[in-house]
Amino acid sequence: MYQAFLVKYAEIGIKGKNRYKFENALCSQIRHRLAKIEGEFEVTREQGRIFVEAKGDFDFEDAIEAMSRVFGVSAISPVQMIEDKSWDNLVKEVGDFVEAQYEKRDFTFKVKSRRSDKHYPLTSPEICVEIGGCLLERFPELSVDVHNPDVFIWVEVREKAYVYSKVYTGACGMPLGTNGKAMLLLSGGIDSPVAGYMIAKRGVFIDAVYFHAPPYTSERAKQKVVDLAKLISRYTGPIRLHVVNFTDIQMYIYEQCPHEELTIIMRRYMMRIAQTLAKENDCLGLITGESIGQVASQTMHSLAATNDVCELPVYRPLIGFDKQDIVSFSEKIGTYETSIQPFEDCCTIFVAKHPVTRPEIKIIRRSEEKLSEKIDEMVQEALNTIEIIEVDG
Amino acid sequence: MEAYLDNAATTPVFPEVRDIMVTVLEEDFGNPSSKHTKGIAAERYIKDARDIIAGSLKCQPKEIIFTSGGTESNNMAFIGTAIANRRAGKHIITTRIEHASVHEPLAYLEEMGYEVTYLPVDAAGRVPLEEVEAALREDTFLVSVMYVNNEIGSVEPIKEIGEMLHGRNPQILFHVDAIQAFGKYKIIPKKMGIDMMSVSGHKIHGPKGAGFLYVRDGVKIRPILFGGGQQKGMRSGTENVPGIAGLGLAVKLIYQEHAAKREQLYAWKKMLIEGLQRYEGVTINGIDGILLEETAPHIVNVSFASIKSEVMLHALAEKGVYVSSGSACSSNHPELSGTLQAIGVRKDLLDSTLRFSFSVMTTTEQIRYAVEAVGELLPVLRKFVRQ
Repeated sequence: MYQAFLVKYAEIGIKGKNRYKFENALCSQIRHRLAKIEGEFEVTREQGRIFVEAKGDFDFEDAIEAMSRVFGVSAISPVQMIEDKSWDNLVKEVGDFVEAQYEKRDFTFKVKSRRSDKHYPLTSPEICVEIGGCLLERFPELSVDVHNPDVFIWVEVREKAYVYSKVYTGACGMPLGTNGKAMLLLSGGIDSPVAGYMIAKRGVFIDAVYFHAPPYTSERAKQKVVDLAKLISRYTGPIRLHVVNFTDIQMYIYEQCPHEELTIIMRRYMMRIAQTLAKENDCLGLITGESIGQVASQTMHSLAATNDVCELPVYRPLIGFDKQDIVSFSEKIGTYETSIQPFEDCCTIFVAKHPVTRPEIKIIRRSEEKLSEKIDEMVQEALNTIEIIEVDG
Repeated sequence: MEAYLDNAATTPVFPEVRDIMVTVLEEDFGNPSSKHTKGIAAERYIKDARDIIAGSLKCQPKEIIFTSGGTESNNMAFIGTAIANRRAGKHIITTRIEHASVHEPLAYLEEMGYEVTYLPVDAAGRVPLEEVEAALREDTFLVSVMYVNNEIGSVEPIKEIGEMLHGRNPQILFHVDAIQAFGKYKIIPKKMGIDMMSVSGHKIHGPKGAGFLYVRDGVKIRPILFGGGQQKGMRSGTENVPGIAGLGLAVKLIYQEHAAKREQLYAWKKMLIEGLQRYEGVTINGIDGILLEETAPHIVNVSFASIKSEVMLHALAEKGVYVSSGSACSSNHPELSGTLQAIGVRKDLLDSTLRFSFSVMTTTEQIRYAVEAVGELLPVLRKFVRQ
C-alpha cells in the first residue's frame, strides 16, 4: 500500500523570490486539510516538490480527496518511496511497483526520470533507458511508446528514490493565505457560494456575512446559509459567518421609501454593513455573486447604484457568467443541492411587483434621505447585535 | 413563556413513559425472541402493552399488530389487504382530505391497477354518508375514512359509515385512520363496524416510532414486511420493545379520567376561538353551522387575512408560541393544503392559515398567552403587506 504522495503545484513555480512563501502556505493548507481526516501525515518540502507521508493507517481515498481540495495543488500522485536506491534494488522496486499497480500489464509506457542526487552513477536519460529495458524484460507484454504512451512511469532519484505513475487532479489556483482576506456576501442562493469559491481559489481567505430577516426569513433559511458556508469552507478553510439581523432596517426602508426602489436601497445598506464588517476584520474587498442582468437588481444601472456606496473593491467573479454555467460550477463544488432548498419564500413580501431596473443614483440618494432620522442608529444596532458563527468543514 | 400548540404534529412523552422506556433500554434490553430470562422480561412488556391496548379497544390482544407508527399502519392496511383480497375486487373508496400516508399508498395501488374513488367533503370537512353509499360498487373491497382530520379537526361519521357498510355488504373492509382521534375518543371498533384502525404513539404522549394497526380477527391481510416471523408473522423485525412499552403506558394514561380531559380540551378550544375571533380579519375554518362538540377537541384551524402563514408562524415562534402551517408532516412541500381547498377556504386565505393544536399537557395560561401574542403581531405584520 502507498504510504506517500507527491504533490505538484502549478503557478507557484513562477513566483521568483517569493516562492518559499507560497510553498509554505501550501504546506500549511495541506496540513490543515489532512488534520481533518483519519491518520497522521508528515508534509515536507523538497526542491520544487511537496511530499506527504502517512505515518501508520489512513484512508487512501479520503487523503486524495482532502488534498485535491487544497487550492494551489495541481496534481497528486501516490508515490512509492524507495529507501535503498542502489541500482539493483531500484530496478526491482520499480518492477514490483508496476506489478502491484497494474493488474493487466499490456499497455504502452514511457519512463521519465529526474535526478537531483548528482552523485548517482546513472544520469536521468540513462535511468530512463535502463529501467525501461528492465521492465520490458520482466513484463513481456509491455511495450514502449515514447510519443503517446498509455502510462508514464516516473522515477525520481533524490535522497531517496521515488516511483509513481497515477495522477489525480487538484483544485489548482493559489494557496490560501497568499493574498489577503475578503468579505463574501452569502445569500443562500446558487451564486454567492460559487463566487466565494472562485475568489478563495486565488489564495484569498474568506469571511462571510448573511442578512437575516426574522420572521420573514425562517430559521431554516439561516441554517441553510450556515450549511453553505460549511460546504465552501471545505475548500476555503475556516469562515467567520456574520449573521446580521436586518428586519428593522428592511421594514424602515419599506415604510419610508418608494417600494420599487426597495431592493436597491436594501442592497445599498447591505453593502454598507458588509463594508464596515470587512474593515473591522481586515478584509481588503467584498465578494458578491452578481452577474449582469440576472435579475432587476443586477442590471448595469442597478449594479452602479449598489456600487455607489462601496469604497472597498467589490469582486464579482461571476459577472459575465450565464446562469447555467454557475449552476454547473456549483454542482462541481457540491453546493448546488443545498442552495436549491426552498426556504426563502417568505421574504418575497418585500419585493415590489415592478422593481426599478434603471435606477438613477441621484434619485436613490434622495430617497435615502427619508431614512436619515433613524437609519444610522439602526445600522449601528444591527452591527451591535451580530451573531458570529465559525464554520470549518 | 412557551406555548407548544403543535400537538397534532407530535406531543411530548409523559414522564412515566420516559421512565419505563429508560428501564427497558438500560435493564430489560433483551430480544423478546430470546429464550433466556432477559428475553422473557422483554416479551412481558409487549404482552402488557398489547393487553392495555386491547382493553382500551375492547378487542382481543391478537387483533393488535405493533408497527413503527401511523404511516406503516396505513400502508399495511391497504397493501396488506389488497394483496390478500385480490379476488374480492379492485375498487377502494376514500375521501379527499386524508393524510398523505393514506393517499400515497392508495396512489401506489392505483399504479398496480386498483381504482380509487376520492369523495368530497362538506364545508365542515365531513364526508356525507350518502356519498359513501352512492360510491359503492360490486367490486368495492375497501373503504377508508379518517376519524379526525389532522388539519381542521373535522370528525367523520365513522359509526354511520360502519353500520351502512355492514348493512350493504359485510364483506367490504372498513379501515379508519384514527391517528388524531385515538386518545381523544373512546373507540370500540366492533361497535362501529371498524375492521382495521391505525394509531400512532407519539400523538398521545407516547414515543415516536411506535404505533399499531388494529385488525379484526377474520380480516384477510398479508404482511408487508417479511423476515424472522415476529408477531405471528404479521410484522417481522425485532420488536421495538422500549417504544411498545412506552406506547402501552401512554394508552393507559391517556384514557384515565378521559371524559374530564376532553372537557378541558374543549374549554381551551372555545377559549382560543373566542379570543382569536375578537381580532379583525381572522377566520376559524371548519366550524360554521355545527356545534363545537361536533369537531375534534384539540385542533383549531385559523386564517389570518393577508399574512403569509409562514411569516406568522416564525413571528409566533419568536414569542415562544409553536404552531403549524398546514400539516407539519407534509410542511416540507410548499403546496397548498388539499383539505382546506376541499372545504372551500377562500383562495387568498389558503396560504394564510395556521393550525393550533393542544393536548392534556397544555395549560390555560398558554392559550391566553398565544391569543395575546397573535393580538400583538397582527397589526405589526399587516403593516408589511405585499402591494
